[in-house]
Amino acid sequence: MTEKSRFEIVREGARKDGIEIVHYESQFAPGSKTENRMVRIVAFFFLLSGFAGLAFVAAYVWWPFTDFPSVDGWEYAPGNSPMKGFTPILGLTLGVTLLALGLGILTWGKKLMPHEIAIQERHVGGSSPEERKLTGNTLAFIGQEFGLSRRPLLKVALAAPAAGLGAAALAVPVGMLIKDPHHPDIFFTTGFNPVNNNGKPVRLMREDNTYIRPEDVSVGGQITAFPATADGHGASNKYADSPVLLIHLRQQDADHLRGQLQNHSQNKLQNPSDPNSGGMYGNLVAYSKICTHAGCPASLYEQQTNKLLCPCHQSQFLITENARPVFGPATRRLPMLPIGLDEEGFLYAKSDFGGVPVGPAFWEKPEA
Amino acid sequence: MKRRKLDVKQLPAKVAGEVDDRFHAATPLRGILNKVFPDHWSFLLGEIALFSFIVLLLTGTFLALFFEPSMQEVVYDGSYTPLRGMHMSRAFETSLELSFDVRGGLIMRQMHHWAALLFMAAIVIHMCRIFFTGAFRKPRELNWILGMLMFWLGFLEGFAGYSLPDDALSGTGLRIASAIMLSIPIVGSWVTTSLFGGEFPGEIILERFYILHVFLLPLVLLTLITVHIGLVFIQKHTQWPGPGRTNNNVVGERFVPRYTIKQAGFFMMVFGVIALMGGLFQINPIWLFGPYEAAVVSAGSQPDWYVMFLDGSTRLMPAWEIRAFGYTIPPLLWPTVVLPGILTVVPMLYPWIEARFTKDRGHHNLLQRPRDMPERTGFGVASITFYLVLALSGGNDVIADKFHISLNAMTWAGRIGLLVLPPLGYYLGRRIALGLQQHDREVLAHGVETGIIKLLPNGQYVEVHQPLAPVDDHGHPEQLPYAGWTVPKKMNRLGALGPAIKGFFKPAEPASPPKTPPALPAKDKDKVH
Repeated sequence: MTEKSRFEIVREGARKDGIEIVHYESQFAPGSKTENRMVRIVAFFFLLSGFAGLAFVAAYVWWPFTDFPSVDGWEYAPGNSPMKGFTPILGLTLGVTLLALGLGILTWGKKLMPHEIAIQERHVGGSSPEERKLTGNTLAFIGQEFGLSRRPLLKVALAAPAAGLGAAALAVPVGMLIKDPHHPDIFFTTGFNPVNNNGKPVRLMREDNTYIRPEDVSVGGQITAFPATADGHGASNKYADSPVLLIHLRQQDADHLRGQLQNHSQNKLQNPSDPNSGGMYGNLVAYSKICTHAGCPASLYEQQTNKLLCPCHQSQFLITENARPVFGPATRRLPMLPIGLDEEGFLYAKSDFGGVPVGPAFWEKPEA
Repeated sequence: MKRRKLDVKQLPAKVAGEVDDRFHAATPLRGILNKVFPDHWSFLLGEIALFSFIVLLLTGTFLALFFEPSMQEVVYDGSYTPLRGMHMSRAFETSLELSFDVRGGLIMRQMHHWAALLFMAAIVIHMCRIFFTGAFRKPRELNWILGMLMFWLGFLEGFAGYSLPDDALSGTGLRIASAIMLSIPIVGSWVTTSLFGGEFPGEIILERFYILHVFLLPLVLLTLITVHIGLVFIQKHTQWPGPGRTNNNVVGERFVPRYTIKQAGFFMMVFGVIALMGGLFQINPIWLFGPYEAAVVSAGSQPDWYVMFLDGSTRLMPAWEIRAFGYTIPPLLWPTVVLPGILTVVPMLYPWIEARFTKDRGHHNLLQRPRDMPERTGFGVASITFYLVLALSGGNDVIADKFHISLNAMTWAGRIGLLVLPPLGYYLGRRIALGLQQHDREVLAHGVETGIIKLLPNGQYVEVHQPLAPVDDHGHPEQLPYAGWTVPKKMNRLGALGPAIKGFFKPAEPASPPKTPPALPAKDKDKVH
């Protein structure tokens, strides 16, 4: 052994594991100019990495961003300021630290370490028949040791804890999580339901909790309206299914829509001589903003064509034909919120979308 | 008593001896150190996913120290002045604090997001490599399935993380997710209300997603990653065919040191690239999107890239609603529940489907080049085409806007393209594979084109070919077998050009004669495929 070089010992050890090192060669002659050059390159990368790391720490500590280490009373200044450079300088210095370290390590491994080709035998296929037989019988014997086939009562008895424990394990998480969607019937009510306003009809309001008068919406214009609920949170995500788009149609479009509505069971004129006796008030009409396809707010209103487009999946609804889906994946009309004018001159919801569920369809949703 | 002098030189050997006394580690340790790994750039794609995952764990831990997944409504009064006075959830407020008040918080957020995108991208590219080279064949079917599972787990993990800041985009994504759950027949509404704890959005969903995102899903992913790599270790990595490489051996480098050190360097490179991206490229600027409000969405809102194909399938789906016996099956079900279901099950079964067609049930440790399996390549190109049509359709509104195309035309182009382009992809992929294979065979039979034109006595011009095999007495080259590996096609590849000279301004050393390739043992040479 003493005469053998260490490499020979390594080679012998590898052979014991079925590995043959068939080729092992330094890429440069030891001490040659090219090798020294490589050593200098590796050292350069490591030095660069170290300096970039120090630069990262310096930037992290001293670059003006927050009132480091205390952040009280600090304000972000929009516009051009050195603050804008903080994250980029951190990324740049950290990136250089890591990349230079990586390049240094890679150059060391790829260039300075001897190149080798080793061949390891690979065992193809399963174990030997002998081994399979031994293990297979061991497994089969374990089954025998339980003796279930000889003791049928145990087989039956074992089902009891399996069923009981399984049911218990299922019951707790399911019981914890489960929420009945129909008691109360949350899919069929929105913030415009009078229960949210102490039983009184719910007014329409803007996001800033101010009520809306008909003259607030100019002809051809539209605003997003929310339910003016008693709790004052009508515009919050608590009533995420409630926002409507209140549109002031031009005269001929409004007449067209009123004519269209006569073919529908809901929102048509109750009294043909009174244009406000249907779902519209004057030329104002309110449609649910929640797309009937996937629930995004259908909020892009094209004034010239009276089409409402949902930016998520491009469903398009033709408002003048009672929000009929005319393009895209949506299959259902946007539900109309019937509106009227109360004695103080504010718009209010005559009913909660006439009981039509708002938003995406589901299994038990009735035909609308 | 005389104190024994500590012999520093003997210390490592002494410690190693003590360790082995206790753990009997010498033999297994040597086996691991010497284990041979084949090397090829394409084997490093999966590593990018692994390294991104490590960066995700590191940056994610930092973020978790400052983020609160609370949906409690607050009025913002923080350091980002444009949003002061806005109503928002505590989750969004802490995300803003992470971006503006926590020193270095923004780069951590951005690195986390970029690493997630890179993680998913590396998984997909790695999967393409496995598919096109046939690395999923027996005995590696289980690892193929694990990879597929990890893609979908990563998908869910990414979606949960995307939802957490509760900005306008993530809230819209959650709204669509709730609509997708609603579309499931029979139990849809029950599943939705149970998950959200009532009506969308409720007050609990972010806390549930948070525990999924920071604990459950990473734990499952980490376990699967460990099994995935463990199986590669046990089953040994596949290798490309080549001189000395057979189905029964692995030709490469020993695990330690050169292979390991290259991996360590590569990890630093991936980490460094993520750091550069996190610092220099802005991603998910939630302060510009604002908090989630049910009534607000902007045009051009796209999900993260790995969700885009499902967004696209949803956009392309025709408005077909099924109503029967008073119940509804919404059109949303098909592109978002049924399609992902098919895209999970069919690829998982693919190894067995292919084995059924090829009637090949053998063990395969040698990879195939895409050209050597034209049908599989064609099928792969068709699948990628299908995917690309869907992914592009996920951004069809942006394309329509930037290129001044009608949005409806984009949707129709997507619908038609989804049916027409994949078969075309299959045809082209298969023809290109066959053509490349044919050319390899041609070079093996006739040699490399030299570019030298010869005028024959009869006036005919012919190009001189350099045979790859020795020629017999009549000048005819020996027949070379087709080995499924690279065939040299240029004279330079045959050594017609001298070796590269090292040095920057001047040669570092006088040029050395070209090296001869290392000789391999004769018994391996004979076994070439």
